[in-house]
Amino acid sequence: MIALDETDRHLLRLLVRDATQSAGALGRIVGLSQPAAWRRIKRLEDAGVIAGRRLRLNAGALGFGVTVFLGVKLARKGQVSLADFERAVSAIPEVQTVEHVLGLYDFRLRVVARDLPDFERVLRRRIMTLPGAGEVEANVLLSEERRPGPIG
Amino acid sequence: MLDDMDRRILRQYQAEPEMTVADLAERCGLTQATCWRRLEAMRAGGVIEGLEAVIDWAALGYSVEVSLRITLEKSVARAFDEFLAAAREIPEVVEIQTFLGRVDVRLSVGARDLPHYQAIYRDRILTLPHIADIEALMHIARVKTDEALPV
Repeated sequence: MIALDETDRHLLRLLVRDATQSAGALGRIVGLSQPAAWRRIKRLEDAGVIAGRRLRLNAGALGFGVTVFLGVKLARKGQVSLADFERAVSAIPEVQTVEHVLGLYDFRLRVVARDLPDFERVLRRRIMTLPGAGEVEANVLLSEERRPGPIG
Repeated sequence: MLDDMDRRILRQYQAEPEMTVADLAERCGLTQATCWRRLEAMRAGGVIEGLEAVIDWAALGYSVEVSLRITLEKSVARAFDEFLAAAREIPEVVEIQTFLGRVDVRLSVGARDLPHYQAIYRDRILTLPHIADIEALMHIARVKTDEALPV
């Protein structure tokens, strides 16, 4: 495990906001030379702290007006393999994330749709027909914010 | 309005956000200049909001992640606002979402280990205002994480 100082945390916060900034630009903000900033970023990447980059798109501007989180319980446990379910659910384009969880549900899915009728179509045709899908609970996302967490 | 080529660019770019504009242009069969112009237009139009670094909390020693699904006392005026303001003060809360449904709010909490989680839960979460009910889901694995939109 890698130890971070305040400068590392500051760099991470800046990169989470905008990962297109150059090492030189980041260095100027946190008070480091370009090579020193570059070395720190490289170290964070090598340690796996920066796992990658993600393109942030405006779902609404692309016509996706609804995001729904689904809790899915597998029915007939033991008969359907987890791997089969995971493969099938991951292949659905409207399913953005799949998390395997422990508790009331077995899986937590993030699903996007154009509107509620479109969501109903995805739910009925794609989710309910998954191998092993049992009880499903849906919650429509109203707002979300990502917090800096431990790098704050 | 986006055309098919814009969507093609977004599909390729979402799949590999670290690609250079030159590579992206080649995949889409465009010149670099044309690809750049289309990306700029989508940025200006607010379709592309930016590129963000993805942090792996586990690499920072936060190996426990719990989703807390919370129902609030809705008879109390301002219950939502007061709850959310207090939740933002907890450094281990990495995500806050509000919902329409059986659950009102979900907090994603990161912890170093189970005793650490237990301490956060007891000292910081249970003391949050206006909680009617809490359910916890512990994360075992992320199966799909790209968050790509089916453009």
